[in-house]
Amino acid sequence: MVDAKIVNLTIEGRSVSVPEGTTILEAAKTAGILIPHYCYHPGLPIAGVCRMCLVEVEKAPKLAPSCATTVAEGQVVRVHSEKSLDARKGVLEMLLINHPLDCPICDQSGECELQDYTYQEGRNDSRYREPKRFNPAEDFGGDVIYVPNRCILCTRCVRFMDDVAHEPTLNVSERGDRALIGKFEGKDMTHPWAANVVDLCPVGALLSKDFLNKARAWELDRTASICPNCTQGCNVIMETRENQVVRMRPRPNENVNAFFMCDWGRLNYRWMNEKSRAEHPMVRGKNGLVATNWEAAISAAARVLNGKKAFIAASPMLSNESLFLLTQLMQAGGGSGTFRVTEGEEAPLPGVEDLALRRERAANVYGAEKLGFKKTKDLLGGLGQGDVLVIAGEDLAGIDASAVARAGDVIVISSVLPEAAGKASVVLPIANFSEEEGTVTNLRGRVQRFTQARQAPGETRPSWLVLGDLLGAMGKQANFFLPSEVFAKLATSNPSFAGLSYDSLGFRGLPLVDAPPTGPKAPIAVAAR
Amino acid sequence: MGYPHHPHPRETTVLSKHFGEADARTLDGWKKRGGYKALEKALGMQPVDIVNVVKESGLRGRGGAGFPTGLKWSFMKPGDGKPHYLCCNADESEPGTFKDRELMRWTPHALVEGCAIGAYAIGAETAYVYIRGEFTEPLHWMEQAVKEAYAAGIIGKNAMGTGKRIDVHVHRGAGAYICGEETALMESLEGRRGNPRIKPPFPAVSGVFGKPTTINNVETLIAAAPILMNGGDWYKKMSLSNPKSTGTKLFSVCGNVQRPGTYEVVMGFPFKEFLYDLCGGPLHGRKFKAVIPGGASVPIQTMEEAEGTLMDYEGFVAGGSMLGSGGVIVIDDAQPMVTVIARLARFFAHESCGQCTQCREGTAWTTKIVERIRDGEGTIEDLDTLLDIAEQMTGKTICVLSDSCAVPVVSGIKKFRGEFEALIQGRRFHPVTAAVA
Repeated sequence: MVDAKIVNLTIEGRSVSVPEGTTILEAAKTAGILIPHYCYHPGLPIAGVCRMCLVEVEKAPKLAPSCATTVAEGQVVRVHSEKSLDARKGVLEMLLINHPLDCPICDQSGECELQDYTYQEGRNDSRYREPKRFNPAEDFGGDVIYVPNRCILCTRCVRFMDDVAHEPTLNVSERGDRALIGKFEGKDMTHPWAANVVDLCPVGALLSKDFLNKARAWELDRTASICPNCTQGCNVIMETRENQVVRMRPRPNENVNAFFMCDWGRLNYRWMNEKSRAEHPMVRGKNGLVATNWEAAISAAARVLNGKKAFIAASPMLSNESLFLLTQLMQAGGGSGTFRVTEGEEAPLPGVEDLALRRERAANVYGAEKLGFKKTKDLLGGLGQGDVLVIAGEDLAGIDASAVARAGDVIVISSVLPEAAGKASVVLPIANFSEEEGTVTNLRGRVQRFTQARQAPGETRPSWLVLGDLLGAMGKQANFFLPSEVFAKLATSNPSFAGLSYDSLGFRGLPLVDAPPTGPKAPIAVAAR
Repeated sequence: MGYPHHPHPRETTVLSKHFGEADARTLDGWKKRGGYKALEKALGMQPVDIVNVVKESGLRGRGGAGFPTGLKWSFMKPGDGKPHYLCCNADESEPGTFKDRELMRWTPHALVEGCAIGAYAIGAETAYVYIRGEFTEPLHWMEQAVKEAYAAGIIGKNAMGTGKRIDVHVHRGAGAYICGEETALMESLEGRRGNPRIKPPFPAVSGVFGKPTTINNVETLIAAAPILMNGGDWYKKMSLSNPKSTGTKLFSVCGNVQRPGTYEVVMGFPFKEFLYDLCGGPLHGRKFKAVIPGGASVPIQTMEEAEGTLMDYEGFVAGGSMLGSGGVIVIDDAQPMVTVIARLARFFAHESCGQCTQCREGTAWTTKIVERIRDGEGTIEDLDTLLDIAEQMTGKTICVLSDSCAVPVVSGIKKFRGEFEALIQGRRFHPVTAAVA
């Protein structure tokens, strides 16, 4: 930051110091005061149309829209004065006169800003006696449905498509109280980032088809996580209902994804709820694989591995912690590790610097490479005759059983039992991405934490715990009770991770010591149009 | 008003001198009447001197707000390295106002000249005339005048042979009232939806295409030419009451009067004499009941208020209203006030751009309530609700359309509450039934 001039002002009796050019609304946030607003969004250009954020500025003749008014030295701002409360009450009443009040059947209910502010400072009743305006719901294409009756015309969606997605798709059609959000002729919401308008919509006017009528907001459990579906590593909130992931939504992080996430990442969560899982540790007996207890399975695996060369086929979905422990396993017998990654088309979000749905569709490609796993197309190409093949999270899709046959022995450490691993002698079932805690490293070398969103089925254990126990059984010093301890070990043994810890990472993440330098993400040009 | 035009002897015709003279529309005819002399003089002056003359004249904006024109022009800093623009607001859509239409119909060259002078004075090379979409006839004359002026080298790359560039473009709007709001006009001119912009930044800092812009009303720009020719002092002396209101003003009169039309009087003319003498008084057998003196968005005056009013910026304020655009709407005792107010409210609800919540919802809600009262379905609480909605609609939005809708409602309820209550209590309005002469 260039030395910006600091401006001092008073908001609701609290003194605030912010850089020159800050809006009153943002300045109030720094003092812990949320000025109610609808059309303002920090990731979008300012519109100043909802008139909800009106505040009283001493010596100003009129109430000021705090989203569009910059701070001035010595300003005295009253957010909750009688005058500003009265104005906001008026706006809320006006917004509600044509609002259907169908909260009991509205998906947004419970996370609706119109509900929240109405309960907070709205009128108890309405004086509106006239018929309400009605417009039919419209399918906007992609994952988006528009319910015009609930719309408050904040135009966040229009501005997102125009100024962030750079693909003008939506507009305000008609005028006055007939106004509604319209779609340009021949356009629809199939832009790879279009579903963000559903999150941006402060009310239930824009809904996700995927989430439609699936759950009420208050039934959801919310977990801070990372989207595992590509190497961008967008920060997300993983929402579960009855132990099923039902929705992923972006969690703001100005260094990674600003306020957004792509549709592919957002909608690709069903694999985390996979039903046909490996649920019990198994060891091969005379009649094939037989379920056993963890101690027996771990020691069986340790016996298989001891003194042998291990070839590890890892999944780039695994955490830094698990991959680190796998490298320990590798080093024990002079083995090697590879991984492969599925690819798709890259889809950038032009309005935000360095944000895209990436070509490589896995969470921890950078981490895996950094920890010494080789990226390859031919996963088992390097498997030597007689090596112990350790399948770690890899599904072996498209790989022939004959390729596996080269291995002297097979150990599967996975959530799902791959078909090609039919001759495995030990199966150690592990939790999947949504069921354990850990860190992943995104394509810019940023290490970010994710936490457990759902409970793993059966006797499944977190991968870092299983691998730690296995190393212990092989006589290694590996006594881990928490993933943070694994990470601490990683930080002391790998110079790239030096100095990092769960505490310092927090939930915004930090770059690796040797990560390529990336400037702070420039927020999109916030200017009145 | 019939043409050929015979001005009333008490009128002072400066701008409307050549109304009704078909010949004045052509370049030759206009030159014969002394046209483009002022531009010639202006191009020989320093821009800052032109601004000073206009400042001295006391000319104030004729579009409604009455902002001092010279001061507005002086906001345009010369030599800031940016292109400047002049906008002429010819989107005259205020109900009851039709003075700019007459000016452009009869003296299109006067506006071309005014634009050229204004553009030169503020350091602009381009002037846009944003003309209302419905003004087909004025558009025709304006386009012809611009064409003639270009052909004669009066404007263009080398305006009047002085080497200075002045371009005038006529841009036709699509017929939205809101595009008469200065920033909405600029949005529309740029090709976008005509939504007013948040101020600041003001047009003088960031206007058309993000560049410093001055926007003036048609009448204001046309007045610049006679001021330059006769001097600021001459104009300043044309004032019958308050020295802050100078010059002549065109008033367009419509409604229930004997002689509706456009009248030009000196600022400070007594409104009573204007209505009864110049406009010929009420229709046969009727009585004046109320006047809206400055277009639909100013408060309604009762006859008592109107008769004591002097016609200038301060005089109308003292009389409980505003000068506005000078569109005088006269309402007589045959008109039910609630119907008049319902019609006005409906106009604003129809024309609201719909950006701001209070305006989008409030104008429509107001209309629905007033129409319900008009139809005999109102309750006495509705009046309080209306006043409260009007309060919410005042001073809280980006532009003043919402305020404009509240104004006739509030002034109507305050000054003619009896008519509202009569309808609410089930008493029908009985108009004076008199034969119209």
